[in-house]
Amino acid sequence: MTTACPACNTAPAALRVAELAEPNMALSVPGVSCAACIGAIERGLADVDGVDSARVNLTQKRVSLRTSLSVDDIVGHLAELGYKAFPLDAGIIGQENDPAGRDLALRLGVAGFAMMNVMLLSVAVWSGAADATRDMFHLISAAIAVPVVAFSAQPFFRSAWSALRVRRLNMDVPISLAILLATLMSLYESLNGGRHAYFDAGLSLTFFLLIGRYLDHRTRASARSAARELAALETQTAERLDGQGRALTVPIAELAIGDLILVPTGVRTPVDGRLESKDALTDRSFLTGESDPVRLTGGDTLSAGEINLGAPLRMRATTVGEDTTLRRMARLVEGAENARNRYTSLADRAARIYAPAVHLLALVAFLAWVLISGDVRFALNVAIAVLIITCPCALGLAVPAVSTAAIGKLYELGFLVKSGTALERLAEVDGVVFDKTGTVTLPGVSHLSEGLNAEQQGIALALAQSSTHPVSRAVQAALPDAIPADVRDVREVTGQGIEGRFDGQDVFLGRTDHGLTLRFGTDEVALGQIEALRPGATEAVTALSAMHLTPTLLTGDAPERAASIAETLGISDVSARVSPEDKHALIEQRATNGQRMAMVGDGLNDTAALAAAHASIAPSSAMDASRNAADIVLLRDGLDDLPRLFQIARNATRLSQQNFTIATAYNLVAVPIALLGYATPLIAALAMSVSSITVLLNALRVRAVR
Amino acid sequence: MNVLAFLIPVSLILGGIGLACFVWTIRTGQYGDPEGDAARILMDETPPDERD
Repeated sequence: MTTACPACNTAPAALRVAELAEPNMALSVPGVSCAACIGAIERGLADVDGVDSARVNLTQKRVSLRTSLSVDDIVGHLAELGYKAFPLDAGIIGQENDPAGRDLALRLGVAGFAMMNVMLLSVAVWSGAADATRDMFHLISAAIAVPVVAFSAQPFFRSAWSALRVRRLNMDVPISLAILLATLMSLYESLNGGRHAYFDAGLSLTFFLLIGRYLDHRTRASARSAARELAALETQTAERLDGQGRALTVPIAELAIGDLILVPTGVRTPVDGRLESKDALTDRSFLTGESDPVRLTGGDTLSAGEINLGAPLRMRATTVGEDTTLRRMARLVEGAENARNRYTSLADRAARIYAPAVHLLALVAFLAWVLISGDVRFALNVAIAVLIITCPCALGLAVPAVSTAAIGKLYELGFLVKSGTALERLAEVDGVVFDKTGTVTLPGVSHLSEGLNAEQQGIALALAQSSTHPVSRAVQAALPDAIPADVRDVREVTGQGIEGRFDGQDVFLGRTDHGLTLRFGTDEVALGQIEALRPGATEAVTALSAMHLTPTLLTGDAPERAASIAETLGISDVSARVSPEDKHALIEQRATNGQRMAMVGDGLNDTAALAAAHASIAPSSAMDASRNAADIVLLRDGLDDLPRLFQIARNATRLSQQNFTIATAYNLVAVPIALLGYATPLIAALAMSVSSITVLLNALRVRAVR
Repeated sequence: MNVLAFLIPVSLILGGIGLACFVWTIRTGQYGDPEGDAARILMDETPPDERD
């Protein structure tokens, strides 16, 4: 077998997949990028006792293992090898095989094989084979085509049947009818020595439309698996303290009311609860949009999802599971999301006109020819030719081809498209609403080195690097060239900053009334706001304005901060101190005025607005609920490519429309020929193949966008 | 025309072998990691599970 299949010889690596034991653990390893990484990881893990097998999937950037070790051990081993790994949800394992995709690919392969063989026989008939030879060729074609149609076209038959059962028409009804009628009529003609058989047409229809179906499936499946992966990356564990004060890592689902929980610095609170520590400092911006941290004292209420900015805190759980504030707000948006699911895509709208029109046309042709010629067999032939020639390739193939190409291109640019109609909706918007905190700004410090001399920079760095606080990290990142000064007795003051002694003087880096401040003896240097613009934000806003997309800034934060950020970005339409309900209301109100808005936001306070907007985008740092509500997830930190997202969406929609036009143009030429009874199987095959290939090639142009 | 009696079965059998190969590649999941397979041919060391 291998001699006839050159590809089989070059696939020894793939062969071993089947021999590997069933994996029981999967990890996401974003750092895997080349052959050397695959070798390093697979060899490194194979040397670890307790690992039976390890296999890297470079396409999905994952490692699957069969092992008796714990996930933490494996993460540790991978870290030693130099790769950062994230454990994936157990539910992901085993879903990689994608049985539905395999099934479609198999049907596609069978249809392709049959189509080519039958086409070969048809060429002989077209070029003049007659009488016994023609009949024999038709019968051989029938022997291939009938079982293949029965197998390969099943997805269309099933979908058509489920639509007909509820008395509705979908795209698959005319498709199934064309395939079935063409095959059955050709079978009858072949058995009775007829001149025309449409086996090749029936098979190529099946083949081309299966390509469309397969592309569609691949796009959806990869978006789904990537979205699931994002969800799996979230921390799903908490540190529960037992009676002796020992911390035990448990899944969040196992927490009960009254449990004492330890929340380390920089980690989100897992459930709602009461603060047990003396004081604490948390970031609540996801709930309120305020960028300032909130200072809490013992006994204060904490909501699930707040980030602990100060020293590790202890809290007692008061609400767990589905009742937490986080879950309640997530449920609120589900209603709004359903409204958007009712959006009808371009292809569906076209199908609604197309399906009845084609049936009507074929029926009219049949009746007219019965009346004119009185020959039912000829009339049926004409009707079938009409059904085949109006092949809905533009709908069944061209739209999936355009969106597959566009979504693939967007994925390369770091956009994860989660919804099938997202591109069409993005192309229709005429304004973009930005959330401020966490979306156009990140916690960070801008232009730090400008206000400080070298010595001060050294002190700031020495203080900052002794703390893991997000602001300290930002200070460190803002001082890449500084050399840390010799600061002694460094101590973190919870919720305020870091203090120490340098050169006989007290030094302090932290929060004062003037924002972030470096104190040096009695001198004070204000370092400005503890908020930096997301990279590329200004450029993105400028480019979007140039595309006639009016930017708006909405924030729950204070007006002065909103104004200063808006000015830097060049946004004139600003609203500050906006509640989540107001954000939602503003989007709705603009929609009633006929303005379609795209929403870019990350917090839970944006979720309702994200769901209500015509199209929505969330950064990957966003809360789970916001990412779920958004159509598109931004996988990169910068906003530079945001304008290209809109450009590609507009382009894709324009190409889809162009493809409809091309298909219509073919039909305008071919349908009259069919109606007049001049269509032959050769004309049908030409019309169908040429139109399918034209729309496919046109779809590929979407990748040419700069 | 007698040549057809050979050529048609031959073309069908060859096509059928290709189809059987394709079915086999799908069954054994050889389309799960196209990028990885492209990279693996560049690895010249012996794979870990075949070493002594």
